[in-house]
Formats: sequence, C-alpha cells, structure tokens
Amino acid sequence: METRLYTRRAVLKGGALVVGFSFAGLPLASAQGVAQAGAAPGRTLDQRQVDAFLAVRRNGSVIVYSGKVDLGTGHRIAMRQMVAEELAIPVTRIELIEGDTALTPDQGSTAGSSGVTRGGVQLRQAAATAREALIARASTHLGRPAAELELADGYVRATGGSARISLGELVGDSAFDVPMNPKARLKDPGTYTVVGQPLPRPDIPAKLTGRYVYVHDFKLPGMMHARVVRPPAVAAQLLDYDAGSIAQIPGTQVVRIKDFLAIVSDDEWAAVRAARELKTRWSEAATLIGHTAVRAWARSGPFTNNEVLVNKGTTAALAGSAHALRAAYYWPVQSHASIGPSCAVADVQADHATIWSASQGTHRYQSAYAQMLGLPREKVHLIYLDGAGCYGMNGHDDAAADAVLLSRALKRPVRVQWTREDELGWDPKGPPQLLEISATLDAAGHIDAWETEMWLPTATANLAHVPLLAPQAAGMPQPVGESTGLIAQNGDPPYRAPNVKVHVHWIAQAPLRPSNIRAPGKVANCFAVESFVDELAAHAGVDPLEFRLRDLADPRGVEVLKKAAALIGWQPRSASESRRATQPVATGRGLAYVHYKNNENYVAIAMEVAVERSSGKISVKRVACAHDCGLMINPDNVRAQVEGCILQTISRTLYEETEFDRSRVTSVDWSSYRLLRFPDVPQLDIALIDRRHEPPLGAGEAATAPVAAALANAVFDATGARLREAPFTHERVRAALAQA
Amino acid sequence: MASYRLIVNGEPRSIEAWDPAQPLLYALRNALGLHGVKFGCGLGQCGACTVLIDGAPARSCTTTIAQAAGKSVTTLEGLGSPERPHPVQAAFIAEQAAQCGYCTNGIVMTAVGLLARTPHPTAEQVKTALAGNLCRCGSHDRVVRAVLRAAAGAGS
Repeated sequence: METRLYTRRAVLKGGALVVGFSFAGLPLASAQGVAQAGAAPGRTLDQRQVDAFLAVRRNGSVIVYSGKVDLGTGHRIAMRQMVAEELAIPVTRIELIEGDTALTPDQGSTAGSSGVTRGGVQLRQAAATAREALIARASTHLGRPAAELELADGYVRATGGSARISLGELVGDSAFDVPMNPKARLKDPGTYTVVGQPLPRPDIPAKLTGRYVYVHDFKLPGMMHARVVRPPAVAAQLLDYDAGSIAQIPGTQVVRIKDFLAIVSDDEWAAVRAARELKTRWSEAATLIGHTAVRAWARSGPFTNNEVLVNKGTTAALAGSAHALRAAYYWPVQSHASIGPSCAVADVQADHATIWSASQGTHRYQSAYAQMLGLPREKVHLIYLDGAGCYGMNGHDDAAADAVLLSRALKRPVRVQWTREDELGWDPKGPPQLLEISATLDAAGHIDAWETEMWLPTATANLAHVPLLAPQAAGMPQPVGESTGLIAQNGDPPYRAPNVKVHVHWIAQAPLRPSNIRAPGKVANCFAVESFVDELAAHAGVDPLEFRLRDLADPRGVEVLKKAAALIGWQPRSASESRRATQPVATGRGLAYVHYKNNENYVAIAMEVAVERSSGKISVKRVACAHDCGLMINPDNVRAQVEGCILQTISRTLYEETEFDRSRVTSVDWSSYRLLRFPDVPQLDIALIDRRHEPPLGAGEAATAPVAAALANAVFDATGARLREAPFTHERVRAALAQA
Repeated sequence: MASYRLIVNGEPRSIEAWDPAQPLLYALRNALGLHGVKFGCGLGQCGACTVLIDGAPARSCTTTIAQAAGKSVTTLEGLGSPERPHPVQAAFIAEQAAQCGYCTNGIVMTAVGLLARTPHPTAEQVKTALAGNLCRCGSHDRVVRAVLRAAAGAGS
C-alpha cells in the first residue's frame, strides 16, 4: 500500500483545480486532466485513512476520490449518491475525481461489476466514518453531546435547536486525520432520501452537446499524432520499410523500435495516410489455428492442469449410463468491439511520465509503463479520461503503451489512436469456451446426477498475464498484466441436484491473446447450463418454468423467475406441445436464470422469438427480465445497465465471432464483425426488484448471463431445434432445423 | 496547402489542408476543435462521425474537405449547448439516452435529419433511420424513446 505524507495544501491543490465541473453539464475534463497532471502528490492514498477518499473544502463542498472509474455506467452519480446520503449533503455539492494514480486510492480495477459493490461501499464507509468525526468535532465546538447532533444540508446541528456549524468550518482547510472505521454506523436504508433515487448523470448533458472531453479529444501543447503500423500477421517480424514511400506526405516521421513501427506527425491526417501508405516488409508468420478449428483444438490440449470446481455426491454412474443425456456447447472468440478505437496520450519526461488513458485499471498499469520506461512506479502518473465503452480490457491499455513508447522516443507528448482494423483485429479477445454436460433424471424427473466438463484457455484462469502489444513488439520486458476474470463460474446448475461435478481442463494456449470480456465466462457457462436444463425439462416432459421452480429453494431466485415469467405472459406447456412445424415463421418463448457467481445477483430472462424457417433468421421480439441486485443506488443506472447487458448479449449470441486465418484476424470491420442494429432491437420489459436492506451487488454484468440460453430455449420452443453453438447464424439455424 | 471555405455552425470558416482528400472529420476535430464528432471506423459503417451537410446527415469520415467546401456543416456543438440544448439533445438528456456516449453524436445528428424529413415518425421509422448507427453499450431502447419524445415536443 502506497502511503504519502499528507499535506493540507496538496489536497486543496488537487481539488481546487477541478472546480470546472458543474451539474449544468460542463466538466472541463481537458483542463481537469492538465491540472491533475500538475497536482503535486501529497495526499494520502492510504485506504486506512478517511482522507484517502474524502476532502472538504472551506466552502463546505466535498471532494470524493474514487479509484473506480465511470465507464459510461453511471458511477459518477452513484458514488456521489452513496457519499451524499451518509453526509447529508446534496450531490451537487460533491466533486468527484476518479482513476488518478496520484490523487485517488488504488481500489482495484473497475471490473467484475465491482464499482459500486466494492468501490462505492468503501466510499460509503469513509463517509460514515467522516460523519462520526464531524459530529465529534462539532460536539466540542458547540458544547453539545454528540447524541444531540445530526448532519443536514452541509451543517452539523443540534436536534431541536438553532446551534449549527458547517462542514467547511469543521474541516475545510484541514484533514480529517481519522482512520477508517469499518464499524462506523451506516444510515438506515429505510431513511434513504438520495440513494435509491434515479438522479440524472452529470456527464450526459456535455456528452449530448459535444462539450465532453474524452481521451480521444484530449490535447496538450506540442502534442503529436501517431498511428501504429501493425504487422500483416500475428508474430511477424519487421524486415524493413521504405521511408521514401511516404515522402509525398508532409511532416511525417517513422519510429521503429525492433518490430514496433509507427508514424508520427503534427497533423493527424498525415499520420493516418502515411501509416496506410508506408511500404513495409514483414516475415511470414502462420502461428494461428484459424477460427474454424478452435472448437476441435480445445479438446486436443496440451493442458496445464485439470481442476475440479464442484464435487458433490457421486457422478461416477454418469459415464457409462445409457440413460444419461449429453450435449456440448461452444462459445466463440469475440471482440469487445468498442465503437471508438482505443486512444491514449502520453507525456514522457526524463524522470517522470503522465499518461491519460481510458483504462479500467489506471493503478494496475503504472507498473507496466514504469518498467517500459525504466522509471520507479510512483513516477508514472495515470489519469483516467472516458473512452468508448470497453466492457473489459479492450485496446485502451495497449494504446497507452504505444503512446508511452513513442513519447519516450520523440520527447514530445504523443496521442495514439487505433484504427477500426486495429481495434477489431488486435484488441485482446474474449476467449473461446467449450462445455460438455451430461445428466440423469430420477424417476420423478428431477436432476439426479450432473456433470459439467469445461475446456478453457489457462490464460483466462484468473491469471495475470495479458501481454501488452507495444513492449512485446519492441522486445521490452513487461510485468504480468491484467487479470482476466473468473471464467469457470456458474458451471453448475442453480437447482437442487444431489450429485454434481464440475471440472475444467485448462488449455495451455489461447487461439488469440485473451482478456476479460463482460461477465467473463458466465455468458457461455450459463448458456450451456440453462440450455441443458431446458433439454432436461423437455426430456422429462415438464414445463421449463415448473422444472426450475420445483427445485429452486432460494426465495430471491424464485421471485425473479416468477416475475420474468409473468412479464412475458408465460403459458405452461411441455416442449412437444409447442412445435409448429407447418408455419413458415415459428414463434416460441424460452427462459433462463442465473444466480450470478453463485453469490451475487439473481436474474431471470424470458424471451419471445420468431424463426423464419426458410432463411434461418431469428428475430427477438420481446425480452422480459427480472433483476435483483440488492440495494440499488440509482435505479435508472441499473436499468440502463440491464438494458445494455441484454442488448449487447443478444448481439454476441446472434452475430458475433472473431474470424481469423492462420496469420491474422480477418473480421476487422463492421461488415465482417456484425453488431446488433436498431431494427433488431426487441421490446424490453424490465422489472427491478427493490431490496434496499440487502447489500448492493452491482449491475454491470449479471443480466448478460441468461440471455443466450433464454434465446436458444425460445428457438427450441418455436421449432424443436437446439442451438448449441454461438453465434446463431442463419446457416446454423437451418442446420439445426434440419435435425429437429 | 490549399484553403477551403465552408460554413460551420453558421459561421464562415476557412480551413487549411495539404490534402484535398482529407476527411472533413479531421478538419472539424483538429483545425476547428469541434470534437463532438467522433472517429469510429473511417469506413462510413458506424455513423459516429455524422454531421449535417446542408441539413442532411452525412459521414464526415468519408466526406473530403474538398467535397465539403462551399457547403454548410452543422455539428453537435452547433445544435445546442448544455444550457440551451436543441430539442433532440434535450430529449436525449431527459431520457438519459447514452451510456459511454461515443456513438451519441452520430445518433443525434441522424435523428435531427430524420425529424426534419419526418416530424412524427413511428418507433419503427426511428429504428430504420438509425439502422446505420451502431451502439455497443445497448442504449437503443432509450434512444428510440428520446427521438419519439423530441418528435412529440416534450424534449425539455
């Protein structure tokens, strides 16, 4: 843990320089970014201290220092709401600084739906500790016992009296100097007035009017524009390049560091054109397996190890059983497919560096860039600025590494933006997942024995080694990087089953550089598990909702399933009743459920689809979702996240697969990597369950998990065809229809 | 270095460019500092760079500065400000119809173009008009609501 000597002036410097923020919607992020870069370190970042998280100005406004960042997810308002509630001040009196390695504590990467759950909860505890400290201080000032004092509207005041003192007078111009009290009493959720309100996001007005400064828009004096020239094949080496081939383009410069090649220019368009037109020669490389071979490759090993994740009762009888049902499910390699190609700005000086990045983990990447630069970690300052939505580790951290290398070489600030081809071709990818499930039912049609066998790349086993492209190409050392997510979770059925085994074969390699992608692993695992549950229900001749409910004990799970079913107008029927083989367009409905990570959100999704038999085209008509994420800080943000989870995962399920040959990714534009489009968007009916007395669980991921299974189960209900491999292309649907 | 004259957000502007094939996008973002317009693909496939040229939505990533010369260009900044938003911007703010907001520029400009042609569209017409605008965060449902809200005149 980094600890810095606290100085009062530094807090005020760090805070006072960012007063450009206002709820009218004009966050001067550019000025803020520059100001933050100049802010002398000196605040404590020791998370055992309230001062790491909060500061109060003399005017009584509060600064919140959040290590977690807003990725378009609404944290900027949610974090404020959590603090405002405990300190009894309006959200408009709170400024928020996020993801700045010199000013904010390292609360871990903004990943795994942990923003509110961990980051916000820490801020809330800091605010509750601060409230106790404020009341204790006011007690001395006012000469009243603490029990007779309360916080309201920026004052500590005596209950039933007129004596009061403002937060600014109590703390302004000084530190709290109070250790975090994990037992500081939190406000009773029953009395909340700010938390639970659908307050609007402060960044939206500026984003809607072109005033917001994304990292893409950030400029420094003397800044150069760069484009990296990527090799035509993964692992190809640069043999040479012809500088004369871009002589007609004014003001460009080539930078080569081993196999790292880039064009820089004061003029962005010159850099773009020169990067396209530069003649290069690279070595041949055919190190990839090709996307069509991945499914078979996954079973072939070599494996680093086999891991048993769940082992309950005995599943030994499954292997030889003639009665067991078996099915295999496959999820392909996918891109984060951010709409804005990754971008970063770096200003590398002799003894320190400042990097503006849309990283989910600014603190984490200090080490990587420090090692590239040969600087101590604390001399590398990262400042978060918004990027395009990333949904996991896309190319942002690589773009920052590109900018670091180039700024070091040129001794100038450098802005690197990736191309569309870079982003879809070179962002680290969501890994492929292969699952095989077998199960038997007892005499009454309940699950008796269940076994899930998974084949997953080791590089996604929550290990920390997504290598960055730039140091790799430049032959530079780099530390272990981003942790890639717990992708083996939710491989077991969430229903009563006496005998369960879940085990994973960790594949030594990955077909493309893998990273975490939204709800790591759970989208595919829930697709497999909840599709197979549906297959079991059909086999047992039991309505799929009834099959689930009768073996689901958790009342919160039962509630979301019943609610989603009610929203879609679920009519009980067994699968055999619903097939309508004669109609050219068959309609059906399906559902799926997840208890996310087995200990977080409860989500049930029901869907109505139409399947055009002749073409194999699936249209999702309606989606109903019941979502329980515990306490909702801002229900409108939760709803937005649930909408996004559903629509993005419909896109991943129906359309998306990163295609590659032996040398390179070939799906590098929006015609070869298709996304959901507006005309494809179904009606959404979302029910958010109010659980204000439960801990907040976050909303960024969980609703993705049941989407693919609900969709596949609806297709089965409509047609009797089982889709066990994503994406559900027209060809795959036609093939499944032929077998149904 | 040639000079290109165009009207941007109602003001006559002169833009220097060494390459007549330079996309309008770079002139707006860098020469004029109008960064509401976003680079998404450079291929005319995603819509993030959409502006209005003589009132009609156009891709600034595939429109060259030479093609834009002599024309009137409107950007997101030219529609309205946080304090005085255009009715479409106000409706998007009211519906909180953005997540990361990177695609939003193009969606708003396309919606303004739609409403100029079709002041009272159906939800289906809105979706069809936005078929060329990609959103990855999944804000589609709110976007459609926002456009319908703007059409109904209940933007603010």
